[in-house]
Amino acid sequence: MIANYGYKDGSGEYYISIDTDKCIDCAAERACLTACPKNMFEIITDDYDDEVAWVKKECTRALAYDCAGCKPAAGYTSLPCTSACTPGAIKHSW
Amino acid sequence: MNAEVAAATATPEKKEFWRWQENTWFDETKNWKDAKIITCGIDVGSVSSQAVLVCDGELYGYNSMRTGNNSPDSAKNALQGIMDKIGMKLEDIHYVVGTGYGRVNVPFAHKAITEIACHARGANYMGGSKVRTILDMGGQDCKAIHCDEKGKVTNFLMNDKCAAGTGRGMEVISDLMQIPIAELGPRSFDVDVEPEAVSSICVVFAKSEALGLLKAGYTKNKVIAAYCQAMAERVVSLLERIGVEEGFFITGGIAKNPGVVKRIERLLGIKAVDTKIDSQIAGALGAALFGYTLMQKQGAKAA
Repeated sequence: MIANYGYKDGSGEYYISIDTDKCIDCAAERACLTACPKNMFEIITDDYDDEVAWVKKECTRALAYDCAGCKPAAGYTSLPCTSACTPGAIKHSW
Repeated sequence: MNAEVAAATATPEKKEFWRWQENTWFDETKNWKDAKIITCGIDVGSVSSQAVLVCDGELYGYNSMRTGNNSPDSAKNALQGIMDKIGMKLEDIHYVVGTGYGRVNVPFAHKAITEIACHARGANYMGGSKVRTILDMGGQDCKAIHCDEKGKVTNFLMNDKCAAGTGRGMEVISDLMQIPIAELGPRSFDVDVEPEAVSSICVVFAKSEALGLLKAGYTKNKVIAAYCQAMAERVVSLLERIGVEEGFFITGGIAKNPGVVKRIERLLGIKAVDTKIDSQIAGALGAALFGYTLMQKQGAKAA
């Protein structure tokens, strides 16, 4: 399942996508949890009883601001969350 | 004060144009007492609450009403509305699943499941196994969902940051135009030329823009058409992010508004799957069906 967390507003589209099929048997030992400086990721049991990562509810409406510190303008060449997720389950839409 | 003076000075009753029709239905050809497994789905949404009863995996009855000022009471009232009609008690129900915004506050629920999974399951029942893309236009959010032939979610996207493209947005326009909400859709087609969509995404600014259009000489119908078109464009852009496959199904209250539905179909170039079941109960129906599957699994384990 591809789970898209985020929103679209007048300034653009801001979604973090998590491919839960790649996330279930995480080969990176849930590295996303510690890689994100804002601690936006959390492990939950989803509706189909799989343990997967999701973006915390309180973070999904402010991604443009919360993720800004990890984008190229802040000096990063790659996103800490997508780099830590070696199975490639996490993607940013912007 | 005589009656004439009293009548002249009385405050006129404020008409609530946004108020949509609450309704209760049950299948009179069946008797719930004959069922082996009775499950219930309660969808406590931000605007409406539904209770759906499923007997042996088949829809038996439902009650759809406006959400009150707290989730537990809304859940109780929704269920009580249908139970009173059919002479059922809470003890007669084997399993209750809560869904929607208030799902964790349904006091008698055995389990809470997200509305995304429940809408997909409900749409699969209502539209059949051919349903692959679901658009849920809820009271205060909008969801685009892909599912497989069993109604299991394969991809989803939700926008709950902004009220554009939601039922609440339509309620605001209904009140502004002073036209009952059920008439907005049909009236949006009663125009000589289809107008451009209102340009504002935000409901607050769309309201201001609609007022400006009225002042500029637009008829009410033309303003409604412009708003329906804007709403359709808004949700289509959401759908395009995850892609649209054949077997397109719309759930939620806005599915009852042909002014929006026909414009979405026109923009996408596909026709939505028809159903005779109230589109607003999809989430609660899915929840009740999840409950039925869980009961069957429990029975299988016990055996």
